[in-house]
Amino acid sequence: MKIQLTKLAHARSGDKGDTANVGLIALREEFYPILAREVTAERVKKHFSGICHGQVERFELPNLGALNFLLHQSLGGGGTLSLMTDAQGKTFSTALLRMTVDISDDEAKTVGL
Amino acid sequence: MIVKRRGCEDAADFMKTSIRIAAGQGFWGDLLDAPVRQVEDGPIDYLMLDYLAEVTMSIMQKQRTRDPSAGYARDFIPLMRQILPTCLERNIRVTANAGGVNVSGCAAAVQDVARDLGLARRFRIGIVTGDDIMSRLDELLSRGIELRNMDTGEPLSTVREQIQSANAYLGAWPMVAALDQSAQVVITGRATDTGLTLAPMIHEFGWAADDWDRLAAGTIAGHIIECGAQASGGNCQYEWSTIPNLAHVGFPIAEASPDGTFVITKHEGSGGRINIPSIKEQLVYEMGDPHEYITPDCVADFTTIRLEHDGNDRVRGSGIQGRPATEFLKVSISYSAGFKAVGTLVYAWPEAYEKAKAADRILRERLDRLGLRFDQVLTEYVGVNATHGALAGPPPDDQPEVQLRVGVRGEDRKAVERFTKEIAPLILTGPPGVTGFAGGRPKVEEIVAYWPALIPKEEITPQVQVFDA
Repeated sequence: MKIQLTKLAHARSGDKGDTANVGLIALREEFYPILAREVTAERVKKHFSGICHGQVERFELPNLGALNFLLHQSLGGGGTLSLMTDAQGKTFSTALLRMTVDISDDEAKTVGL
Repeated sequence: MIVKRRGCEDAADFMKTSIRIAAGQGFWGDLLDAPVRQVEDGPIDYLMLDYLAEVTMSIMQKQRTRDPSAGYARDFIPLMRQILPTCLERNIRVTANAGGVNVSGCAAAVQDVARDLGLARRFRIGIVTGDDIMSRLDELLSRGIELRNMDTGEPLSTVREQIQSANAYLGAWPMVAALDQSAQVVITGRATDTGLTLAPMIHEFGWAADDWDRLAAGTIAGHIIECGAQASGGNCQYEWSTIPNLAHVGFPIAEASPDGTFVITKHEGSGGRINIPSIKEQLVYEMGDPHEYITPDCVADFTTIRLEHDGNDRVRGSGIQGRPATEFLKVSISYSAGFKAVGTLVYAWPEAYEKAKAADRILRERLDRLGLRFDQVLTEYVGVNATHGALAGPPPDDQPEVQLRVGVRGEDRKAVERFTKEIAPLILTGPPGVTGFAGGRPKVEEIVAYWPALIPKEEITPQVQVFDA
């Protein structure tokens, strides 16, 4: 079944220069393995195509059930140079939650979805 | 830097089992009342106030050029007038990077307040300086310290003529030295936000300079509370609509223990919410590599923290590990980078988006004909794509309104100024159904950009002075 990340995670995003960071946090512990498997750096880069012009890096925080993504060259130069409404990348969090992932019906049942 | 511990001669004879450090400001411009609420609405031992965003120093530098007594966070002075009597009465100590580029000027203004309130000589003020390297830049560059941009790798010489301020981020230890000498109010220039929280813990608990795990724990506690209410229910996605009473949101308090564990909480009866999801959201905010959160004091590892529920609006953090600090300090340099302006107009139903797009085409054609050249022209349609871009998909056919938002940036102030005069004419010379120009012409803004760099620690010597108010 296809499921949108809004059902699996919450998130917060911010900026460091021209790089946006998105912390993606599993809503329940059981969802973390799904996030870790499905939400790869490659998929995030593709999701943000046209927005993120650089590399995407991914870091794992299993202790928090969270992943951290760095989206380089995404904020129109960053900081005060940027002309964007969202120069600080504050809404990249929910932009990532628009992503859908595909999981088997069995797994969905196991984790109570 | 080596700082000799002087012990806690001003504290009680025994070490406290925990101290409460309250965050009063998440950024310069945050709720003015928040630090007052922290001081008055419940028990705290320390109030930490972070005033310096990345380019704040350049604004302060400009203010000081016009007025030699200016150049610090002016909001800090009326705040001190309001809270000083209570702080002294309850022995609440303050750590604040309010000094900007004029730490001694800021301290003098606090002394004036103390005199007015009849509190002169009733307490001590500590100041930390040595962060300002503006006057040393040429000397540093000539010795081969290139201060390359950490993001782009460019050497500083490419923007040398445009530099407006340059400050090294100092850590907790100079503030610890001031607290050890009984400073009630510690005022710094550029100091890390996390240091403002860590310093009281080091001072109270006598942590060693190489006690990396505890220093990392205090640093992470500092990271959690440094953005104010963003840890206590503000900007929190998790069950956001159920978060109670944000109108009276309680700012976070770190209740720290000598063993390096801490509880994040807030005053009883205040609004907002502190739970594991709210703390997790703040932990990942502005995070880089979670294994190495680098500060002047240590390298903290965010993958080691354990969070536990510890009662209503209380979350405990433990298990944090750290590593030795690096040999470098981060330097924040600001430089002039041209000019920008942003103009907006609102188009109403029907065909709001189509009309806004037509207006953008007309505007761009006019800018072209005028021969205006910019480094960047950006068009966004608020209501369609300004936050999520193409991810938002096409707008509905019956979109009630769309805001056209066009920004330009370039070196030539005149070109940017001319752009600001081309927005209003679109009302009478462009597509119909347009409004939203009550604010007049857009303002031309001088861009002060941020240049992060590293400097070897031995180049920076923090100075600490403590004196009677």
